[in-house]
Amino acid sequence: MSRYLARYMVSRYLSSVSSRPLHVCIVGSGPAGLYTADKVLKAHEGAHVDIIDRLPTPFGLVRSGVAPDHPETKIAINQFSRVAKHERCSFYGNVKLGSDLLLSELRDLYHVVVLAYGAESDKDLGIPGESLSGIYSAREFVWWYNGHPDYSSLKPDLKSSDTAVILGQGNVALDVARILLRPTTELASTDIARHALSVLEESSIRKVYLIGRRGPVQAALTAKELREVLGIKNLRIRIKETDLSLTPADEEEMKNSRARKRIYELLSKAAAAAAGTSEADPDQRELHFVFFRQPDRFLESDERKGHVSGVNLEKTILESVGSGKQIAVGTGEFEDLNCSMVLKAIGYKSVPINGLPFDHKKGVVPNVRGRVVSQTSGDISQTEPGLYVCGWLKRGPVGIIATNLYCAEETVGSISEDIEEGVCKSSKAGSKGLMELLEKRKVKKVEFSGWEKIDAKEKQMGIEKNKPREKLVTWEDLLAAAAN
Amino acid sequence: MVFHRLSRLGSRIVRELPRGIFMPVFGMRILHRSYGQYLQSSPMLQRQTRSLKEALFSNNRKFCTSFSTTSEKGGEETEKINVIFVDKDGEEIHIKVPIGMNILEAAHENDIELEGACEGSLACSTCHVIVMDTEYYNKLEEPTDEENDMLDLAFGLTATSRLGCQVIAKPELDGVRLAIPSATRNFAVDGFVPKPH
Repeated sequence: MSRYLARYMVSRYLSSVSSRPLHVCIVGSGPAGLYTADKVLKAHEGAHVDIIDRLPTPFGLVRSGVAPDHPETKIAINQFSRVAKHERCSFYGNVKLGSDLLLSELRDLYHVVVLAYGAESDKDLGIPGESLSGIYSAREFVWWYNGHPDYSSLKPDLKSSDTAVILGQGNVALDVARILLRPTTELASTDIARHALSVLEESSIRKVYLIGRRGPVQAALTAKELREVLGIKNLRIRIKETDLSLTPADEEEMKNSRARKRIYELLSKAAAAAAGTSEADPDQRELHFVFFRQPDRFLESDERKGHVSGVNLEKTILESVGSGKQIAVGTGEFEDLNCSMVLKAIGYKSVPINGLPFDHKKGVVPNVRGRVVSQTSGDISQTEPGLYVCGWLKRGPVGIIATNLYCAEETVGSISEDIEEGVCKSSKAGSKGLMELLEKRKVKKVEFSGWEKIDAKEKQMGIEKNKPREKLVTWEDLLAAAAN
Repeated sequence: MVFHRLSRLGSRIVRELPRGIFMPVFGMRILHRSYGQYLQSSPMLQRQTRSLKEALFSNNRKFCTSFSTTSEKGGEETEKINVIFVDKDGEEIHIKVPIGMNILEAAHENDIELEGACEGSLACSTCHVIVMDTEYYNKLEEPTDEENDMLDLAFGLTATSRLGCQVIAKPELDGVRLAIPSATRNFAVDGFVPKPH
């Protein structure tokens, strides 16, 4: 009897999905977009997923964010490629939401639109001198060494002095510090962009300062990245002994987080190891962890007008604000730190598009478990039917690749609930409609097969140089390779 | 073995049925009582689903009893242990894992949805599993610094969390139950404060 039931239900289920194709469009092909695609495909047998991306290349920050000396992190591309090549999934690169297509048009074409286009801008410090040359956001610098086509011509000046200052102490800060300090012979065998490698080879930067407003217990970096930077050949780590002293509030924070505790222990160990060594070699590379300092203003060079020559820093102390959290407050005591280059690694920010509710303060799209919220009055949130977010656009620029796995699970959970509620009953044109629209607007879309041609060409070019790949770094080269 | 595969297939079909449409009538979800702390479900639902599970998949039982030595083709002897996965929906999946195989690989061989983005190179935390009994957790070798670095970042970290790729099947682990963390219960995606280890 029960077997009959099972068979009956299975056949009913299959017939119900085949008569109701579900058209899904995901904007952005980074980890958030691809995990969303994976979960939609698995949860809905009748779903057809189109992924669009403004770049001709997929994988978002796995390609343009993950550091070149982290090839193991990029292995995720294998799994993401399997998702993109799924028979019910299509990738269309070089398609820009907001210019080639409007959000309203996408929503007309698809039952479900998931925005997962990440955070392509930067937070500002809002202090005097921020627009001086020589000051970059870490994102720009990262996109430059990773060969992002929008930043391949950045040409940062690494030859004017021996000192660079990085504002921020998260993993992005550690990534850029590592790229600045690591022997270029080690970088040469990574997929770092050729233009970046040649600038780094001639770099005169020997000292990098990582500036944090708070102490070693609150630093946003993670143990893996810290351990890695501590292991760089011929690199001296500098940490002031006094910065490592703990308050009862610090002890409490560490008790509640094993990650913080392990990071603090690593920093203490590094400080102790560095204490015994003495200065000798002028070419010695140094990484200084500077805690309890916040930038107050940037200093302009006297010789080079319009160029940064240093940062004025204010000393800080920590103040408890309840629930175990401590914030930095200025003490009114200032000091200058001279440098010829500043990288701001203080966080990414998402960019709004027309027709999309946006929280400008937080830099995210207001949402409830991935459903885009158009209006909130009291406890009631009104959501936009069929419109969802995932990844950094949904929760802000924090977390690792794996965070998106759970983020996508939540968003797809909301989508599934809404489908059951009958939100997606109307018939939609889906891919066919998108193709017509792109053709009408003469948009040269790059399909996954086009990316595979880029991929093959890059790998081929890499072989000659003993690199995993030599990235194509201009729009022209990428589009030409895809069309070949 | 045939019945075992069949029942796995059956449970997968059932799992993919749309949530909530059939459940009130037939109670097709397979739920177990034992992981109450991970899933709050009504006792009524459990009763319904348990009885149905017994009716449908009773043949499964004999294949999941104890540690066994199976004769493979070609006369080679491969020792296998029983491993029970509790997936994101709270369903138990019983599999056999050859001694020496890691849990991530075993999950993939059995179509269990456990991510392994870095393919076991200790560069991600997507194969995070929670060992559900401390007794079994203590039978595992201590995690290395590298594994701990990744666990620090794992979603929904618990005191008995491990990376699936680092857990290798050995006889003492026979009967171990491993939960796959879920975003839909207990844990918030952001701002999760890991518990002290």
